[in-house]
Amino acid sequence: MFFGIALWLVTYYLFNEGWKLPLFNKIPGPVEVITEWISRDPIFGMSLFTEAYHTNIYVSCQRILIAFSIATSVGVPLGLFMGWSKTFRDYTFPILETLRPIPILAWVPLAIIMFSGFETPIIFLATLASLFVTTLNTLLGVDSIDESYFRAAGCLGSKPRHVFWHVVLPGAMPFIFTGLQISVGVAWFSLVAAEMISGDFGLGYMIMDSYMQNKYVTMVMAMITLGFVGWLTSAMVRFAGDRMMQWRVRALALEGR
Amino acid sequence: MSEAVQSVDATSRPLRRSVFQQIISNKTVWRGVIAIIAFAMLWEIGAQFKAWFGIEIWWVGKVPPPSEVFTTWYSVVQRPGYWESWYLSFFRVFLGFIIAQIIGIPFGLALAVNRYFREIFFPPFEILRPIPPLAWVPASIIFWPTTELSIAFVTFLGAFFTIVINVLGGARAIDIQYLRAAQSMGASQWDLFRRIILPGTLPSIFTGAAVGMGITWEVVLAAEMISGGGQQAGGGLGFFIWSSYMGGAMEQVIVGMISIGIAGYLSSSLIRYLGTVSMPWRRLF
Amino acid sequence: MQAATATKGAISIRNVTKIYDPEGVNVMAVDDCSLEIAPGEVCMIVGPSGCGKTTLLNAIAGFHSITSGEIYLDGEMLCGPDKPIADQGADRMVVFQNGALFPWKTLLENVAYGPIVQGIMGKKEARDKAQDILAEAGLADFSMKFPGEVSSGMSRRAEIVRALINDPKVLLLDEPYRAMDALTKSIMHESLLEVYDRTKVTIFFITHDLEEAIFLGDRVVVMTTRPAKTKKIVNVAIKRPRDYTVLSSEEFRLLVAEAKGAVHEEAIKAFEAGERELA
Repeated sequence: MFFGIALWLVTYYLFNEGWKLPLFNKIPGPVEVITEWISRDPIFGMSLFTEAYHTNIYVSCQRILIAFSIATSVGVPLGLFMGWSKTFRDYTFPILETLRPIPILAWVPLAIIMFSGFETPIIFLATLASLFVTTLNTLLGVDSIDESYFRAAGCLGSKPRHVFWHVVLPGAMPFIFTGLQISVGVAWFSLVAAEMISGDFGLGYMIMDSYMQNKYVTMVMAMITLGFVGWLTSAMVRFAGDRMMQWRVRALALEGR
Repeated sequence: MSEAVQSVDATSRPLRRSVFQQIISNKTVWRGVIAIIAFAMLWEIGAQFKAWFGIEIWWVGKVPPPSEVFTTWYSVVQRPGYWESWYLSFFRVFLGFIIAQIIGIPFGLALAVNRYFREIFFPPFEILRPIPPLAWVPASIIFWPTTELSIAFVTFLGAFFTIVINVLGGARAIDIQYLRAAQSMGASQWDLFRRIILPGTLPSIFTGAAVGMGITWEVVLAAEMISGGGQQAGGGLGFFIWSSYMGGAMEQVIVGMISIGIAGYLSSSLIRYLGTVSMPWRRLF
Repeated sequence: MQAATATKGAISIRNVTKIYDPEGVNVMAVDDCSLEIAPGEVCMIVGPSGCGKTTLLNAIAGFHSITSGEIYLDGEMLCGPDKPIADQGADRMVVFQNGALFPWKTLLENVAYGPIVQGIMGKKEARDKAQDILAEAGLADFSMKFPGEVSSGMSRRAEIVRALINDPKVLLLDEPYRAMDALTKSIMHESLLEVYDRTKVTIFFITHDLEEAIFLGDRVVVMTTRPAKTKKIVNVAIKRPRDYTVLSSEEFRLLVAEAKGAVHEEAIKAFEAGERELA
């Protein structure tokens, strides 16, 4: 595994600083970026040791947290309900499917005029994106539950609320968590876009801002940080999922996966 | 078994109802229609509340009402610039998308099939993947000589990561029994690939393509909005939305939003259609 | 028939017909079928795959409606002309073909589930009772495991335990041992016989395995290919309690021969029709 990463880093280095290939000469090489990143007095103003860097990370993460929380707490119950009650689904699914194809970024102008300030529109966009993904996946999760489980629950004398808590919710969990992982990714995607277009802090803004000021080293630093934080949040969701679905982890382990 | 069918007289139901009849008599369809009408009505009321009753409702109050959007639509549709934007956006989407498929599908298959390839190329792939495609826009603009190329590159990236992951997942999920059955019948490595792995991965390829299509639209849109739409006038639907916003024509913005929604839906439907056509064995379900 | 210890669980199926309507093309699954099952009887239903036997089970359990006819349980109507679909309930417990233990609950939680949701027992009481019953079935050490972690034999046994803890009148089994190897199956048979001897619950058991049917049953009802109708009934007069030595006895082999002819005929018809089995 490390061989692959090393190879990639070496190629990146060679292309930029070693052989100085023409197209690559405008982009900073890995050595430059890392040196800047760990320096206490960075040339372009941002590094591991500057407050601004950490503020940007913090602001983006905070926004993601809010967007993800809202999207999950609305999307999961909504999806569960839609999966469970055909009537409810018949009324709500068409609205969902009409709004869903509109790319999140197309909502930017609308978000700006609907909500005042900078923060709210950005969070709205990330939330919206996550919401669609979460609801849809939860819905599919309920659909995926084998009919036999519902029948067994019926035989055993369950009332509707029992079916909901003991069959629908646990049964849909695998799909819900896959959806949540995708939704974190989608939230980041929308957040970065929104920050780039109209933000004042955050990693997306940092990329745009450093680009505008030709501080390319900082820009690359921001991109890599973004990649890392994105991966981390996704891993956190996956971890939470594994903890909640012990039964699945253990069964899959026995199958040798 | 046709005797069983003919001997039915307990209920006299006609054999196959026409598709149209099935749609009209379907409760689900009516509920959907009611839901959309109700949604449009609430929107209209919310948006017009200020004009009718003097109080502005939060959020919805600032949005132009559907009635105005509709009239604007009518006039926009008659402008050639509008249709040029469609063409430009579609062109960019498909360009980036197709290149992503051409490079991504083989890349994904190679990752699935060859252990060495996977060990070398998967780690850097996984590291670059979480970086949102849009974060690449400025870097792409610096790197590529023209704006079109930089937009195409970012579009490509968006779809590329998705398709590779889907292909990888699909190829690895192929039941090993199919592979063994083929081997026992004397298939060579190439045969195995062509006749088992490739068709077996097709469903994932199409799922990846459908999702990738959605991402591609997002990216094209963003790129158009950020980079000003390129040198041509009427530079794509994203540019249309952004310049309408800048000019304060919010009704047009909504027309643009709906247009893109339709465009995206059409593209995904095309992919789904191609999927059904190329996978006839799935038609029964 | 059985000893007088069994007084409940008499099923009366009268002229039941079921017509499905997938895609507007009527498919008759059951055609004017009638059957009387005595309380405490082990009634085995045998027939080619997809002939409609599961439909009957589904009608009794309340999973599907019937198009005409009536079904009674202990004199009370489960479903009929005014009430095409029976209510689901704990008096008729089902054990499913592919197993329907909740994968997200441990065996213990699965078994305790019924009494808890019916409000018959509190949580602690239900769990204690579940542990006891699981122990009786030899599963005490596995009660804290999830269904995905135990063998299919154990999970099927646990599923039967989950059904029985609710003291049902009828136990409905839909080819529960279909996917098992012969060795596990024979253990399952003995386990079921032991359970039956203790509880004398009425059993409605669907299978395509003729020997299984004769080994376990009091009566074997052979069904025709779709649409299902009773073709032949074989009375199995072998004394209980039965064990594996029965399998090599003369009586057993004669009974198998008696039923075989009828089953074989129907199997050929089903094979030639070549249709996809009803799920």
